[in-house]
Amino acid sequence: MTTDTQTSPTATRRPSRSGTGANGGRRIGSHAFLVLMALYFVVPLWFLVVGSTKSNSGLFVGSGGALWFNDEFSLVDNIRGLFEHQGGIYWIWLRNSFIYAFAGGVGATVLAVLAGYGLAKYHFRGRTAYFTVLLGSVMVPLTALTIPTFVLLSDIGLINTMWAVILPSLLSPIGVYLIRVYSQDAIPSEMLDAGRVDGAGELRLFFQVALPLLRPAIVTVLLLATVFSWNNFFLPLAVLRDTDLLPVTVGLNQWQALSNAGAGGEQVWNLIVTGAMVSIIPLIAAFLGLQKYWQGGLSLGSVK
Amino acid sequence: MTSSTAVDRPTGPAPSGARGTKPRRSTSTSTIDSKRQWWGWLFVAPFTVVFVLFLIIPLSYAFWMSLHNKGLATGGESVFVGADNYVRAFTDPVFLEGLLRVAKFVAVMVPVQIGLALVCALVLDTLATRLSKASRLLIFVPYAVPAVIGALMWGFLYSPRFGPATDVFGLFGLTAPDFLSSSMIFASLVNIVTWQWVGYYMIIIYAALRTIDPSVYEAARIDGANGLQTALRIKVPMVSSSMVMVVVFSLIGTLQFFTEPTVLRSVAQGAIPSDYTPNMYAYSLAFSYSQFNYASTIAFALGIFVFIGSYIFLYVTRKQSGLK
Repeated sequence: MTTDTQTSPTATRRPSRSGTGANGGRRIGSHAFLVLMALYFVVPLWFLVVGSTKSNSGLFVGSGGALWFNDEFSLVDNIRGLFEHQGGIYWIWLRNSFIYAFAGGVGATVLAVLAGYGLAKYHFRGRTAYFTVLLGSVMVPLTALTIPTFVLLSDIGLINTMWAVILPSLLSPIGVYLIRVYSQDAIPSEMLDAGRVDGAGELRLFFQVALPLLRPAIVTVLLLATVFSWNNFFLPLAVLRDTDLLPVTVGLNQWQALSNAGAGGEQVWNLIVTGAMVSIIPLIAAFLGLQKYWQGGLSLGSVK
Repeated sequence: MTSSTAVDRPTGPAPSGARGTKPRRSTSTSTIDSKRQWWGWLFVAPFTVVFVLFLIIPLSYAFWMSLHNKGLATGGESVFVGADNYVRAFTDPVFLEGLLRVAKFVAVMVPVQIGLALVCALVLDTLATRLSKASRLLIFVPYAVPAVIGALMWGFLYSPRFGPATDVFGLFGLTAPDFLSSSMIFASLVNIVTWQWVGYYMIIIYAALRTIDPSVYEAARIDGANGLQTALRIKVPMVSSSMVMVVVFSLIGTLQFFTEPTVLRSVAQGAIPSDYTPNMYAYSLAFSYSQFNYASTIAFALGIFVFIGSYIFLYVTRKQSGLK
């Protein structure tokens, strides 16, 4: 498999291929299949949207059933409930999630871009060995690191702080790998050499030549790293104790466990559903908004 | 990988064998070289610090802990016990059962996910309509939903109290199965993970399909290949490196199965014990029983399995992936 086509920074969009399946019946069949698939992937989210407009009891017994609106519309009440329940801790969780995802995502991306570029364009001693170790580390399951990380962080007193979640999230071997593979082809070494002949320093070359060329790969790694920290569950579950520090994922899971175990007052099903719905909006919006960047970029890693 | 690195090294250090014949390139070049080397390390340094602190050290520490024991019996001191913990792990029915369970998940979940993702990608690749573009996005959307939220949501959908299952099955005069019972929980978990990841794998395969030069299809059409033949004999082999990659992702993810069963446990306590998967077992050993040494052994042993599993897979498929 050739690598050049996939890593080329100017991914070409080909003309439509309507000629391939001229057969009308098969086209209808294909579309029917896709609609079915789309329904499977979207209906569960639709449940969240509908559910967020229902009151706590309306979720069980409602005029609309599970997949349609009830007569009463309680979305505003539910959002107000999120502000009131346990002193509005939901919004603190959401803010924490933003901090973790932003710090982890941006930090991991900056480190990955620097290292990937360095590995691709500088022939320092030990580079090959470095890259081999890096490739191997992609296969190390990150959850295997969580327990020793917990013990080490508690030894230095960082446990139960935001740093305990942010610092380990800075590690993204796969990000370094992607940037390294992409830089190799996207940044012509001749261009760097020409810059050096003209007297440009290495930092200037990095900022003015490399960074603009790496933009598609940077956006992809940023999205991957941000999604990774946003989704992380095992690590915050292990290293955080204070309710005030939890990300929204761990927090909502606690509400769920309490609602299942607890009595009437602790059952906040409507808030869980509404909270879940609100929490997924930012990331879905980011993905829809940044489509043109990541759609080609996600295939980056498939190059050898 | 090496072929390309050799090409673009105009000022790299000369191979040692050529030292004697090296002509005029003298001191000035080599100072530039060493300066350049220095810059290479500078760029790599920040990542290296994080890599050492949060990968090398925890991994070595986990290994060290797995060779020691600490507790009341040892007076709170760490005592070297050699391979005792590993002997215990590999004779521990709970760990072995969990390992077997995630192996079963791999056997079912990986083919289901990759198969569905491949079919979706192939279908999308033959269409260029607005509807196909929209469904591509909709299929991908679950990737943007955190696994915890996805599992919570499916927990609601599975629940006989909240979920639509009773209504839907009622339409056909049937009683809905209990998705959270011990006999159904395996399938229910497979469904959640499939829902979450198919779109991501599909996008990767689809993006690879889009890079194939269409003139290849033209040639196949002239040779009389139909759509299915084109798909199976041309498209699939040409995206095999992406396929290998998504299988590795899915394999590594499944062996570390943790989030979904942990979240679903609060609604299906009977069906999912606290040691359902090796990772859940390690978590409860560490945080419910404070057996950090044994928990590290389990985590490390699982890590070895993941590493060996993906290594064997990459070795077997080295032709397809191009990782020779």
